[in-house]
Amino acid sequence: MSLRSPLGKVRGLGSAKNGTHHWWMQKITAVALIPMTIWFVSSIVHMTQADYEIVINWMNSPVVAILMMLFVATSIYHLKLGLQVIIEDYIHEEGSKIALQMIVTFGCVVLATTALFSILKIAL
Amino acid sequence: MAEFKLPKNSTYKKGKTWAADKDATNIKRFNIYRWNEDDGENPRIDTYEVDLDKCGPMVLDGLIKIKNEIDPTLTFRRSCREGVCGSCAMNIGGKNTLACTIDIASYKGDLNIYPLPHMDVVKDLVPDLTNFYAQYASIKPWMQTQTPAPSGTERLQSPEDRLKLDGLYECVLCACCSTSCPSYWWNSDKYLGPAVLLQAYRWLIDSRDENTGERLDELEDSFRLYRCHTIMNCANTCPKDLNPAKAIAEIKKMMVERQG
Repeated sequence: MSLRSPLGKVRGLGSAKNGTHHWWMQKITAVALIPMTIWFVSSIVHMTQADYEIVINWMNSPVVAILMMLFVATSIYHLKLGLQVIIEDYIHEEGSKIALQMIVTFGCVVLATTALFSILKIAL
Repeated sequence: MAEFKLPKNSTYKKGKTWAADKDATNIKRFNIYRWNEDDGENPRIDTYEVDLDKCGPMVLDGLIKIKNEIDPTLTFRRSCREGVCGSCAMNIGGKNTLACTIDIASYKGDLNIYPLPHMDVVKDLVPDLTNFYAQYASIKPWMQTQTPAPSGTERLQSPEDRLKLDGLYECVLCACCSTSCPSYWWNSDKYLGPAVLLQAYRWLIDSRDENTGERLDELEDSFRLYRCHTIMNCANTCPKDLNPAKAIAEIKKMMVERQG
């Protein structure tokens, strides 16, 4: 049983003085992803009948490679920010929360690095 | 971990049915959540058959009739019976609202009445609002100034600045919005919730208040403010037709604005 006052509990450790950057980055990446997703999906739809050579040639173009790298970086950053919020929302046990946040961060970095390396390997 | 299932001692069972008089023709069945700490039992749903021909039009009229004439042990909060005190907030027909301002006739079939969701229950339809009120106190809901009070006159506010408080000052702190918010269900220990954030904005936007920066400092927190994910249940359920989600969005805009 805690005899701490209700106001004492609410005031707790005080304001963390952050959250705005995270929120703003999530908005900016969301806006940036609108045109990039339209471009990516329409390009892939156009190539549903294409063979390997055509796709590789397409990826060889500097414009496509740069757009692909931007798309991958932005969407994985957006993914990381979103997953972080979901974990904060639902996981309250401190140990598993930290462990999951690390798995998400490492996973996103590995995913982004692999994707960027693959694009460069095709394009260069 | 967030709770998606009711804990064992919160699952409810069918309770007692209180039949209406035999000559009653216009019967409405009120299914009401009952629980009290003393008997050590799980919650139950009691059914009361109310003769609407002998009852006022509002849900609160029905509850008062049940308490007066059928079962005096039924417990709920009520006071003003006209939507200005916020006491009789409860979950009626699946939606949080004030029992005093909602028509019995607006519900088809049985009327299901539960306490506000995901709150500790004190008894029957009375939720424990201790944390909610402490959160309200934490935002210091009074005018804070640096300029000394002018002598012999009030602090002036232009009609345009006064207009900015419309849609905010009407809030009666009934807690319908906060207890409809999933983010508040999972994180009410740290997230302030829509009702308290709407009140926070009411002081942030008041032209006479001079502690806007300090107020924003206190709110700038990934839990206190940023647990709002614009789910919009708050605006949907507010019995006073206010829009807490918009007030929260305005606070977020102020946070970005002050970063230059």
